[in-house]
Amino acid sequence: MKHLEELEDKSIYIMREAYKNFDNICMLWSIGKDSTVLLWLMRKAFFGHSPIPLVHIDTSYKVPEMITYRDKLADEWGLTMVVGQNRKALDEGMNPSLGRLECCTALKTEGLRIVLDEKKYNGVIVGVRSDEEGTRAKERYFSARDKNNDWDFRDQPPELWDQFKTRFEPGTHVRIHPLLDWTEINVWEYIKKESIPVIPLYFDQGNGTRYRSLGCAPCTGTIKSTARTVDEVIAELRTTKVAERSGRAQDADRGMEKLRKDGYM
Amino acid sequence: MNNETAAPSKEHFQIVFVGHVDHGKSTLLGRLYADTDSLPIGHLDKVRDICTQQGKTFEYAFLFDAFLEEQEQGITIDTARTFFNWENRQYIIIDAPGHKEFLKNMISGAARAEAAVLIIDAVEGVREQSRRHGYMLSLLGIRQVVVVVNKMDLVEYDERVFTAIEKEFRAFLRELNVVPQRFIPASARNGDNVVRKSDLMPWYQGPSVLESLGLFMKLPARTDLPFRFPVQDVYKFDARRIIAGRVEAGELRVGDTLVFSPSNKTALVKTIEGFNVPYLPVAVSAGKSTGFTLDEQIFVERGEIASLKESSPEVSDHFRANVFWMGREPLAMGRKYLLRLATREVEMELESIARIIDASTLCQVGIKDRLERNDVAEVIIRTKKPIAFDCYADVDVTGRFVIIDGCDIWGGGIIMESLKDEQEQFRREARLRDFQWRRGEVQLSERVQRNGHNAGIILFTGERGSGKARLARHLERRLFDSGRQVYLLDGKNLQIGLDIDLSGEDKDEMVRRFGEVAQVLLRAGQIVVSTTNTFAQADHQIIRTLVHPHPVVMVHMSFVREAVPENTDLAFLESEDLKTAAKRIVETMEEIGVLL
Repeated sequence: MKHLEELEDKSIYIMREAYKNFDNICMLWSIGKDSTVLLWLMRKAFFGHSPIPLVHIDTSYKVPEMITYRDKLADEWGLTMVVGQNRKALDEGMNPSLGRLECCTALKTEGLRIVLDEKKYNGVIVGVRSDEEGTRAKERYFSARDKNNDWDFRDQPPELWDQFKTRFEPGTHVRIHPLLDWTEINVWEYIKKESIPVIPLYFDQGNGTRYRSLGCAPCTGTIKSTARTVDEVIAELRTTKVAERSGRAQDADRGMEKLRKDGYM
Repeated sequence: MNNETAAPSKEHFQIVFVGHVDHGKSTLLGRLYADTDSLPIGHLDKVRDICTQQGKTFEYAFLFDAFLEEQEQGITIDTARTFFNWENRQYIIIDAPGHKEFLKNMISGAARAEAAVLIIDAVEGVREQSRRHGYMLSLLGIRQVVVVVNKMDLVEYDERVFTAIEKEFRAFLRELNVVPQRFIPASARNGDNVVRKSDLMPWYQGPSVLESLGLFMKLPARTDLPFRFPVQDVYKFDARRIIAGRVEAGELRVGDTLVFSPSNKTALVKTIEGFNVPYLPVAVSAGKSTGFTLDEQIFVERGEIASLKESSPEVSDHFRANVFWMGREPLAMGRKYLLRLATREVEMELESIARIIDASTLCQVGIKDRLERNDVAEVIIRTKKPIAFDCYADVDVTGRFVIIDGCDIWGGGIIMESLKDEQEQFRREARLRDFQWRRGEVQLSERVQRNGHNAGIILFTGERGSGKARLARHLERRLFDSGRQVYLLDGKNLQIGLDIDLSGEDKDEMVRRFGEVAQVLLRAGQIVVSTTNTFAQADHQIIRTLVHPHPVVMVHMSFVREAVPENTDLAFLESEDLKTAAKRIVETMEEIGVLL
C-alpha cells in the first residue's frame, strides 16, 4: 500500500499549502466518496482538526440519505458547514425537466457562485480527479479562476516541484485539487485502509443496484451490482471497463467541457 | 481513462512523454492504450463517432486530445495526465506538449516525472524541440530516458535512418550528462514495437516501448540523504504546538536534536504526531507529510529548514544557479522578484548573468541583461535575506527553486554553488556559536511572556553630531517608562573596558565584540538601543549578521536629506522633533513584532 501513502502525503502537503497561503478558504463537500476522502485528509493534515469550512451546494434534488448523512458527520466531527442554494432559481421552478445542462448550471454552478461571492472565498478546495474525464486531466493542483469563474486552460502558469500558485489578482480565486493524482480505485483502497465511513448509497442495499457516482436523484442512475462492502466494490472495479461517470447524464454530448469552463467543479 | 486490471497495483510510476511537435507523442500514447486494452468501453467508439461527424479520418492521437479546441489545432496544448496499469504497476502518463510556445507546460509535466520517453520523427530527425526537451530533462534532473524513433514505416523501416538519428542524438545528450537507456525504432500508427515486437524490423533486438516502461526503475527514496524538513506551518489547534511539514530527505527521529536554518535555533524532537494511527511513530522517513513537537517553545516559522547539527544546509544570500524562464515579461537585472525554495519565500534580484545558453544548440548566445521567454542561463542570484539551501547535486529537493513575477511562477532553477561574501566569516561564527550555546534554565519564550515584548535591537547610524545619542537616550527612557526591558549599548563603553586590549586598527574585532555583547543582551530578552560613532556603515551589516535572527530596526540620522545606507528602516533629520521620531520608531517596532 506504499502508493496510497504517497498519494496521502502529497494530498496533505497540498492541503496544508492551501490552508497556509489563503486567508479565506473553503472545501467543497458533495457528500460523495471523493470529497469525503478529502475531508478525511483534512483531519489527517491538521491532526484531528477541521479548520477549513465545508461548502455543500444543496440543489434540493439530492438523494435524501445524503443530507441525513451530511448532518450526522458534521455533528460527529465538529465541522463548520456552509450550505448554499440558488433559492431564486428554485422559487422560479428550475428542475431537470427544463433541461439537464440548464438545471446543473442554475442549481450547481450558479448556486456555488452565489456562495463564493457572498463569502468572498479566495481559495476553494475541490476533490476532482484527473481520471474522471478528459477535461479534468488538464487541471493544475492550484488553478486560477477569473472574476467570471472562467478557467483559461490554454494559458496556465507552470507548476513544478510542488510549488503552487498561491498569489492571485483581486477578484479572482484559486481552486485547489489535492486528489488530482488519485484514481477511482485508489479512493476505494484508501477508504478501506483508513476505515472511512462513506455514505451507504455506494453499496447494494439488497435490490441488486448501487450508486457508483453520486449526484442529484433525477439525473444519477444506479448500476447493477451486488457489492455490499468496500472489498466487494474494489473487486468489482478491478474488472469493470465501464466509465465511472457513465450514470451521470451531464457528461453526455460534451456537456462537461462546457460546464467546467463555466465554473462547474 | 478508467482502466484497472485484476491485480492490485503495487506502485505508482510517473512518466512524461516529450518531443518535437508532430513527431507523434499522442499517437504513440493512443496506440499504447488501445493495444494494452486499457480504454473504457465505448471510448474508442465515441472518438470514432466524433471523427465521422467532423469528417476526419480516425487517429489514435484523438483519444488523448480531449478538448475540441485541441483537435482543431491538432496539437496538445497542455499537460494531460492519464493512467494505466500494467504488470503490477500503475503508470501515470504525462503527455507534454511539443510546441515551443508551450514549453512551460512541458516543464510542468516533466518536473513531476520519474522517467521520460522522448519521441523523434524518423523522417524529420532531431529537431529544435527534441534538443530543447533533452536539455530540460537534464535540468529537471530526470535521469531515466528512453528515445523512441517514430514513424519508421515512412522510412521503410530502414535501420540506417534509425542508427543515424541515434548517433546524432546520443552525442547531444552526452554533453548534458544524460545517458539514454535505449533507442527504440517504432511506428505508432501501425503499432510496430509499441506493445508487440515488429517483424518488419528484425535488426532491432531490444524491448518494445511497453516493455521498456517496465524496465524503468523506481527512484530510490531520499532516505540516505541528510535530514531536511522545511517548516510548512506551525499548528496550535490544541495543547500541542506542532511543527508541520514534509520530510524531504533523510529521517526524523524522536530524541534527535534539530537545528533550524537560517535562524540557528535548536531543540529536541519530543513527539512525532499523527491522526488515526494506533500509536505515534518514533521515526518517519523521506516523503512523509508529518508534524512533531519540541521539548522547548522556541519560535520557528514557515520557511526554515530543520536538519541535524552535523549536516546542516548552507546559509547565504548569494549563489550561482542555472535558471530557465517562461514568463511573458523578461527576467531582467535590476528588478525585484520573489524566490521560493521549499517553503521559504524571499525577495531576490539577478545580480549578474554569466551566460545565456541556446538549449537547442548548447551554444552561448550574445551578452544580455535579461532572460527572454524560454531562455536558459547561468546566473548569480542575490536574496534580500539569507536563506537556507543545498547545492542541487547534494540534496535536490532543497537545491531547486522557482521565481515568481507578479502572481505567477514563471521561472525555475537549480543551485550550483553557494557564494561566499564578506559576511560569511561572521555568519559561520554565529552559526557555530548558536549550535553550541549552553542554555540556562529559563527559556527566551518565558522571558518574552513575562516582559510582554520580544527582544530586538535598534541600530542608529549617521554622522557624529547628527543627534543619534540624543534620540537613542530619549527612546530608551520612553521604552523604560512604558515598562519595557531596555538597555542603551554605547560602543564607547566597550572601548574603555572589553576592547582595552585593542588598538584603533582592530576595527573588525571591535565590531565583532560589539555584536557578540549585543546578542547576549538579546538572549536575556532585552530591547537593545545601540549607538556609536566608531563604526562605519558596512560594520552595521556585521552586527546584523551576528545578532541574527533577532529583529533589527535601523535608524539613520543626518543633517541634510541624503542617500541612506542599505536596509535602513527609518531616516530622520537632525532637526526632527524627538517625540515624533521616537513615536515612529515605536511604530516600526510594533510592525516587525518586537513590541506586541
